[in-house]
Amino acid sequence: MTDRVAMPGPGQVAPEFSLPSSPEQMMSLAQLRGSPVILAFYPADWSPVCSDQMVLYEAIRPEFTTFGAHLLGISVDGVWCHRAFAERNGIRYPLLADFEPKGAVARRYGVYEPECGTADRALFVVDGDGVIAWSYLSPPSVNPGADGILSALERLAPVRQVPA
Amino acid sequence: MTTPFEVTGGHLTVPVTMEDRIRGPLHAPVSLVEYGDFQCPHCASAYPVVREVMHQRPDTVQFVYRHFPLPNVHPYAEYAAEVSEATAARDLFWEMHDWMFEHSADLATTTIRIGLRDLGLQPAVIESEVDSHLYLDKVRSDFVGGVRSGVNGTPTFYVNGVRLDRGYAVADLLAAVDERIAVG
Repeated sequence: MTDRVAMPGPGQVAPEFSLPSSPEQMMSLAQLRGSPVILAFYPADWSPVCSDQMVLYEAIRPEFTTFGAHLLGISVDGVWCHRAFAERNGIRYPLLADFEPKGAVARRYGVYEPECGTADRALFVVDGDGVIAWSYLSPPSVNPGADGILSALERLAPVRQVPA
Repeated sequence: MTTPFEVTGGHLTVPVTMEDRIRGPLHAPVSLVEYGDFQCPHCASAYPVVREVMHQRPDTVQFVYRHFPLPNVHPYAEYAAEVSEATAARDLFWEMHDWMFEHSADLATTTIRIGLRDLGLQPAVIESEVDSHLYLDKVRSDFVGGVRSGVNGTPTFYVNGVRLDRGYAVADLLAAVDERIAVG
């Protein structure tokens, strides 16, 4: 593949998308405008590192929420696979299916790995105006944790929204 | 602003203080910090490993346990962490910590009650404190500090503040500890 798009970085507009979040629903980046959005691209439901990472993010989600941020997981798995994976792991944030055309959104974000047919393990923090504030590409076998995400959210909004 | 390829995390951002649960010499040259979850099978596997390391390096290693419960996959993990903090208030943290990991696969409200009785405590009193979340702040504080230190699963170990990214067999932990002793 020679047409790989470069991974967009800070200051660039986040490519718009609309993907299924369930068999019945679609979710777009635009509908979350006004709030920071965390995009967590990952290779595959059920793989060990992805499971650890996505489980970790569910546990950390209350911290993301204090910044008013929305978290979206994105992989090329289909909606039914996502549903089973989410139920098994207690994941309540949306897992979007970049399933058909396969990996189309990951490709636009420059994080599609054609040799494996999966998304890379990559993180983007998008600000409320739809501009990328931070991005990070992790080696596929390394769970990047959430420290980078929280630091990026802090830079976006130094004053946290503390729940009443 | 960071670049897309910056590597983050890997260092303990919350230093060890007397607020921590510390086992071994207070001023040991090597500090081994674990972020763990009482219901995590990998942490339960690591428990005898840490005991062995402490046994083999009794004068040089201080062990610190911090809470990192993942309640979405381990429904009793946060509860167990809060219970252990209630026992810490009675100077029985390590006894309860050990009991939790020795019964990790069976943890539930009812089984934890047995552990509390084994320690001579009244479960109803502890449960009342835990139900009012008297110790939740400590558990959450450990968790958030772990996230900021780059904890990406459990167990995650730090040796003198640096995340251990190799395995956690006895040989791995001993090697990491001995490296720090050699560095001085």
